[in-house]
Amino acid sequence: MIPRPRPEKFRLRRTMMFLSAQKPGLIKDAYIYGCDSIMLDLEDAVAENQKDAARFSLYHALTSVDYGDTEVIVRINGLDTPHWQEDVRVCVAGGADGIRIAKCESARDVRTVEAAVLAAEKEFVREEGRTLLMAALESPKGILNAYEICCASDRMFGVAISGGDLRKSLQTSPQRDGIDMLAARGQVILAARAAGIQCFDTVFTDLDDQEGFEAEVRQNKAMGFDGKSLINPRQIRFVHQVFAPTEKEVRQAEKIVRAYREQSAAGVGVFTVDGKMIDIAFIPGAERTLRLAKACGMYGGDLI
Amino acid sequence: MKNAVGRDIPEFLLKDGKEVYQGKNYMDGKFIKKASPTTRRYEKPQESKIVGTIADALKLCGAKSGMTFSFHHHLRDGDYVVNMVMKAAIEELGLEDMTIAATSLGAAHDPIAEYIEQGKVVGIQTSGIRGRMGEVVSAGKLKTPAVIRSHGGRPRAIEAGEVHIDIAFIAAPTSDCVGNCRGIGGKSDCGSMGYAMTDARYADRVVVVTDCLVDFPNMPASIEAIDVDAVVVTDSIGDPKKIASAAARISQNPRDLMMAEDVAKVIASTPYFRDGFSFQTGVGGPSLAANLFLEKFMDEKGIKMGWSIGGICGPMVELLKKGKVGKIIDVQDFDLDAVRSINRTPGHYEMSASQYADPANKGAFVNKLDFVVLAALEIDTDFNVNVLTGSDGVLRGAPGGHPDTAAGSKCCVIVTPLIRGRMATVCEHVVTVTTPGDCVDVLVTDYGIAVNPLRPDLIECLDRAGIKHVPIEELKEKAYSIVGRPDELQWEDRVVAVLEARDGTILDVVRKIKPYTAD
Repeated sequence: MIPRPRPEKFRLRRTMMFLSAQKPGLIKDAYIYGCDSIMLDLEDAVAENQKDAARFSLYHALTSVDYGDTEVIVRINGLDTPHWQEDVRVCVAGGADGIRIAKCESARDVRTVEAAVLAAEKEFVREEGRTLLMAALESPKGILNAYEICCASDRMFGVAISGGDLRKSLQTSPQRDGIDMLAARGQVILAARAAGIQCFDTVFTDLDDQEGFEAEVRQNKAMGFDGKSLINPRQIRFVHQVFAPTEKEVRQAEKIVRAYREQSAAGVGVFTVDGKMIDIAFIPGAERTLRLAKACGMYGGDLI
Repeated sequence: MKNAVGRDIPEFLLKDGKEVYQGKNYMDGKFIKKASPTTRRYEKPQESKIVGTIADALKLCGAKSGMTFSFHHHLRDGDYVVNMVMKAAIEELGLEDMTIAATSLGAAHDPIAEYIEQGKVVGIQTSGIRGRMGEVVSAGKLKTPAVIRSHGGRPRAIEAGEVHIDIAFIAAPTSDCVGNCRGIGGKSDCGSMGYAMTDARYADRVVVVTDCLVDFPNMPASIEAIDVDAVVVTDSIGDPKKIASAAARISQNPRDLMMAEDVAKVIASTPYFRDGFSFQTGVGGPSLAANLFLEKFMDEKGIKMGWSIGGICGPMVELLKKGKVGKIIDVQDFDLDAVRSINRTPGHYEMSASQYADPANKGAFVNKLDFVVLAALEIDTDFNVNVLTGSDGVLRGAPGGHPDTAAGSKCCVIVTPLIRGRMATVCEHVVTVTTPGDCVDVLVTDYGIAVNPLRPDLIECLDRAGIKHVPIEELKEKAYSIVGRPDELQWEDRVVAVLEARDGTILDVVRKIKPYTAD
């Protein structure tokens, strides 16, 4: 079994690429494309009568492929299906970093999965609390309950919008300017930020519409999303490009973090950098910028 | 005797001045005496050279047992002519001990395997050997070892008299009644006829086989009537569907695209990526897709490609039409877009195999090449490449222009997935060395990039551009960690093929494979 480091609740998740767990040829080395997280799907990408086969291929991938720094998340089947409990067991047994709860509508849904995860961690003698959770909000009810969902468990690292079903429920369709999803996106970002977890936008499915994809990614970044779900490796590079900080932001962050470390070592809590007041509140943001910069190859220093 | 790539070459092959491979440019500055054919004079005016059948042409040219017939491979997998001619020679005229010297042989030529097994065909000289023919030769059924040469090595050998062609058969999409041939205008169009040109010049006798007779004079001619003895008109010289694909499409496979982008990044990081640079790429998935990304980098830098050579297909012609490449010099066409363009689109020219890649002439295009992007079946940790034998040791490939462009270019990039099925592409020792490692500069795989330590200048370029690379050993270990380390192949002593380096020295041999037995 390939040992994986303990999953980090807060890490860079600009890109989350979906792959069917049923396709060994795809999942065997999906990390080579350089996305931050891969999302191995047991749900919609797997035919109803192939769920078991997909679990086997998933388990063998998790235990025999070295995914390195790439985070490995599994999308399990909905709580209204007979599959999800067995899905949870295979995720925990295989050592997945996290589980994505499909069609999540309430804090209770999260806690139901959390209980199953804990039971599986005990069953397979895994470290308790190791397996992270995220929720996909795919219905108006899920969106409205976003905040309670975000706060439902210590294991929750993020929420994602899933646009396909949501647009149908909202009686809309993809629009050029994103107005169709504006309310949902705004609500989810507010909830995630209030709860202090990450948020991810839905997939963009028209691979031939590069212009539309780019516009949507720029809007995601402007709205404050941490990252985006993807369906094809070709989409990775552009998202990383857009989510990269500017050269100026990186230099500024570097100065802030360096000054903070020096000052706090000297017992100073508040100080100025380039005439701006800086205190501990600025540090997580500046460190996040440096982490991003490092992932983008823009920062080679040792502050992060 | 061990050669410069560590391969043991049996002594019996080292006669008549044959040497083992000594390294790149070993023959530079040496002199050769060019061979000359013995040709018949046609002084008396002739209305037409058309004869009824292939057999008639063979008789007219004095075909005898023991002769060497040559063929070109512009009709690729659609070719009917090799089989047609050999059938007439062996079954109608009863000839034996024949040698086939083709620019390449492929899937279309399975029937020749039968003649090898019967002992009627005793020698093969070619760049490519595949399918049934590859299997029977690997099984030791051919009387003499097959000789495998690169596209540049072949005209070199012909010009040096190492291959003497008794009769050259030129499959021609169009010809007039005296043998002026072109690759376009008929029903089996192939575009360039570059590989046939040296054959027509150096063969004692030349027979044109066409399925589209056109009015005299068929101009501008790729093969000129001054070299032609006879013209045979048949119903069909090939299957057009297999001669040129409709249009070479750029791969949408994300793995290919990722590797192609890395190839373009490597190219753009070197000092040779400047206005007027020259470039050759293949038609395989990631090689062809490199065009797409290269164009983007050219636009960003505001530069244009000066010229491109090689086997040509649509996407390169597109660049010419858009004004992003100045000239295309074309030895072979891979799709109908290229076939339709050659000698028609301004700046799209035809050239011979000698002009393309011959290491012994005074001005081969490969020697002015900045970049070449090539594929590989295997590449080892010395950067030696194999494009000839499969992992089972059986002949199933072709060096083609690989060794020539690798040797001539300033930066040779090999692009290949790290593993194919259960085979490690990056390995400890390739089965057969077809392109020596001293000619290969950069390896791009889906799992990472490696630079040949012989090129510290390129290592510096990649570092400066922030392109990650690793020692090739790391890629090999990664490959073995995924698919396992294969057992060594088991060979018998018998040499079934000799792999000649482009300069005429011996690079490697292929031996008869021992039948596999389970323990």
